[in-house]
Amino acid sequence: MHTSAADHTGGLWFEFWPALFFVAFAVMYLDAAGKSNGRFRKWPVYRSLCWCGGVGSVALGAGGFTAGPIHLGFVAHMTEHMLLGMIAPLLIVMAAPITLALRLLPTQWARRVTHFMNLPLIRILVHPVTAAFLNTGGMWLLYTTPLYEVMHGSSMVYFLVHLHFFLSGYLAAASILYVDPVSHRFSFSFRAVVLILSSAAHSILSKIVYFSPPPGVPVEEAQAGAQLMYYGGDVIEVALITIFCFQWYRAVQVRRRGSNGFSRP
Amino acid sequence: MNSARPSPKKVKAQVHASARNLWSGILFGLGLVAFFDEAVFHQLLHWHHFYDKSTTGIGLVSDGLFHAFSCFATIASLFMLADLRRRQALRLKRWWGGVFLGAGGFQLYDGMVQHKWMRLHQIRYEVDLLPYDVIWNVAAALLIILGMVMIARTHKESLQGESRS
Repeated sequence: MHTSAADHTGGLWFEFWPALFFVAFAVMYLDAAGKSNGRFRKWPVYRSLCWCGGVGSVALGAGGFTAGPIHLGFVAHMTEHMLLGMIAPLLIVMAAPITLALRLLPTQWARRVTHFMNLPLIRILVHPVTAAFLNTGGMWLLYTTPLYEVMHGSSMVYFLVHLHFFLSGYLAAASILYVDPVSHRFSFSFRAVVLILSSAAHSILSKIVYFSPPPGVPVEEAQAGAQLMYYGGDVIEVALITIFCFQWYRAVQVRRRGSNGFSRP
Repeated sequence: MNSARPSPKKVKAQVHASARNLWSGILFGLGLVAFFDEAVFHQLLHWHHFYDKSTTGIGLVSDGLFHAFSCFATIASLFMLADLRRRQALRLKRWWGGVFLGAGGFQLYDGMVQHKWMRLHQIRYEVDLLPYDVIWNVAAALLIILGMVMIARTHKESLQGESRS
């Protein structure tokens, strides 16, 4: 692995800016939640906690301890990947930032936001299948092509790959769990199938990484990283499924009010 | 026998509840065995391997799908159970019948298809496999029979119950 001098200064930069930016992000959200409490029904505390946890995970994954594109080994990379691509997106989805923003924005701006979310391109992006492809497909590309090695030679590619981890992770989680408003909703069973298929693709990919490491990764590192990817992925998946099923459990109760029984499955 | 015939809506609800009790049990049994397999044979005993070099491509896909599905099934089935309880439609004996059927069905699939046909992995390595395979698959068959007997009994009870109500 070659790490140039430019990458080292890049590393320092990567170490500092997340802390400042992300503290600002957390403060903005907490301030908004406080304002919302003054005008509307109380904003749940767990959402604020989710936001802080999510923002913190992004800060850690974006370089808090792994310091940018300096090659620190595959297990460290996989830890970053879990923080940025799985833990942070799930927590940020649970924080419902769009709902909070819509509560506080002036009507005209709120209309613009909802108009933006209704654009055909955005609707395609938040489709569960597109989101799953962007998320799992991106990982497939990274670990089965020379991209992983290319990434460690260029700060730009490194940044873009990590940005993609986070954004596609967010899209994937948001397209399965409807916490924020969604213009076109898909049924629970459709989303369940997408969830199962994409998490199957994730566990298949971790076993492929186990026996055929990405270029430039030693076998032992690849095996340790692959197992982290497999079992770490399971932990997040259990959390995601539990929240998903809880949403189903609550939705069925709401629909059932008034009519008793299974007449409307 | 039938003093007051139940309304069609109620009968439909009961049939639906009856199938749902069964499905919730089957999914839970399936997930439970998959979890048991992962925790006991992979993690604690290290009898199974994380990846076995003889695994074929289709075996890898099947393993990944089953892993994801069983994880989903375990959690979803428990929420279904909670939903049945909330509707006061839970019939525990039928649910347990489903659990045994699901558990046995998965174990037999694992033992015959995944271990033998797809050659994902074997129960143990460097030992004579035959006794392990026999115990594994016979246990699976017994679970299936137990589950089916319980389900058949609750089916009869439910028919009597419905004509009585």
